[in-house]
Amino acid sequence: MDACRVNLSYLLDPAHWEIGAAYSIPTLILAHLGYTVLALLIGTVVALPVGLYIGHTGRGSFLAINAGNAGRSLPTLGLLMLLVTLLGLGLLPVLIALTVLVVPPILTSTYAGMRSLDRRVVDAARGMGMRSWQVLTRVELPMALPVLMGGFRSAALQVVATATVAAAVGLSGLGRLLIDGLAVNDYSRVLAGAIVVAVLAVLVDLSLALVQRWIVSPGLKGTD
Amino acid sequence: MITFEDVVKVYPGGSTAVDHLSLELPTGKLTALVGPSGCGKTTSLRMINRMVTPTSGRILIDGEDVAGRDEAALRRGIGYVIQHAGLFPHRTVLDNVATVPVLLGKTRREARAAAQELLERVGLSADFAKRYPAQLSGGQQQRVGVARALAADPPIMLMDEPFSAVDPVVREQLHREFLRLQEDLGKTIALVTHDIDEAIKLGDRVAVFRQGGRLAQVGTPRELLAAPSDDFVAEFVGRDRGLRGLSFDSAAGLPVRPVDGLLLDDAGRPLGWPGDDGPRDTGGTFTKDDSLRVVADLAIRSPVGIAVRVGPDGAADGLVSHHDLADYLAGRRS
Repeated sequence: MDACRVNLSYLLDPAHWEIGAAYSIPTLILAHLGYTVLALLIGTVVALPVGLYIGHTGRGSFLAINAGNAGRSLPTLGLLMLLVTLLGLGLLPVLIALTVLVVPPILTSTYAGMRSLDRRVVDAARGMGMRSWQVLTRVELPMALPVLMGGFRSAALQVVATATVAAAVGLSGLGRLLIDGLAVNDYSRVLAGAIVVAVLAVLVDLSLALVQRWIVSPGLKGTD
Repeated sequence: MITFEDVVKVYPGGSTAVDHLSLELPTGKLTALVGPSGCGKTTSLRMINRMVTPTSGRILIDGEDVAGRDEAALRRGIGYVIQHAGLFPHRTVLDNVATVPVLLGKTRREARAAAQELLERVGLSADFAKRYPAQLSGGQQQRVGVARALAADPPIMLMDEPFSAVDPVVREQLHREFLRLQEDLGKTIALVTHDIDEAIKLGDRVAVFRQGGRLAQVGTPRELLAAPSDDFVAEFVGRDRGLRGLSFDSAAGLPVRPVDGLLLDDAGRPLGWPGDDGPRDTGGTFTKDDSLRVVADLAIRSPVGIAVRVGPDGAADGLVSHHDLADYLAGRRS
């Protein structure tokens, strides 16, 4: 192994940045983001309604807490291997494994956001004649957004970092640089993969921070 | 009119919050529900808009059982003010006030225009409209809470400890403004408070609750002070009820003696009582519109034990001493 050969050459080579070319860094980023967004989307569709329901009604809170803990302790790579043996290769096992990763933080933060609300405000909303779903969408959800977005951002960070496992089962994504780099002892390629994943994670978090600023009411910022 | 017909509320676990309550809250009047904590006053209030469901008995609004009404529709027709105001922190002051009109189907634009007017009515200038609740003081939040409850012009208002979260000076001011507002609007109001002074000051009628959710006495503040039904009510209204009762008696019928010995300016306005170091302050004056309590207070505080009455032009037109007041009260009693 020649450690001196680890440098930025792979990352800086313009040939690896050709838009549209198979296996170029932009193509891999796009695939990586694709897995990330899909997993977050599915995870949100699963976890958000459940978290809102539990928070709104107060029923089944053990589920929110235990699912959160259980989900966190599952190793994604191990789960993915298990799913591949059960379902075969393909996108589905990857998406399931990544969704299992994002559900706990979204579920737990939605529940926590809903539980941390000032109950007097919710009482006022009911007392003024809002129906249950109006209380949820017009009062509880907007007020829970700061905490909810915190959970969503941490889910996004985890899934950006972990989506590299897709390459382990033959799919694309930035994991290709790591796995193929290791396979052919091209450590500059591994380094390039690591750097791009890290920068991507930071950029995703920054853009979500912007989204948060945009969707969270200014009235909720002064008190946090 | 809001009518409680033999209403009972027993919570799961067996604690009785309200015990066979029968009570009428007359239309256009403010009825204060007052009592120690755990006496069922808030539970009673919350049964009116069905936030709490009675275990048995009925609550009628103008003869119609509230249990038969759609919950949300019923509540939209009843103003609701709670302690700490319960404003929506994520909405501007203006949108908070516009809440119920929007629920009732008004466009946001219409509702906001009406909300703007209401804000001024409760003493908040237009530049508060765009602020968020966290940027307001407790008293300002409470004003917004009242404006929000009034926004759809409901005939009934329910107020649960609306003024207890603000300091005494601001509370005093809110009381005054609120009474003026109610004089204009004539809403049917149920107001819950633990403060008997507030109940007496604001209430046209006062319902005193005792522990265990039983109604101890209901009547006008004056009746309550003059003739408490039992020891509990007597103790609850306080030991100085004799003096406080004077606040319901006008000074209009009080005989005065001619102005004598008082230093006056050219227009006849009082300057003070003669003293070694120049005029001594009279401590204030009263008019025919004031209460006997004001007169008693002035007589006590005056350096010479005499309260000064002034006419509409500010000129002194009569004097009342301690003794005059005591004689008047003694004569009234017999």
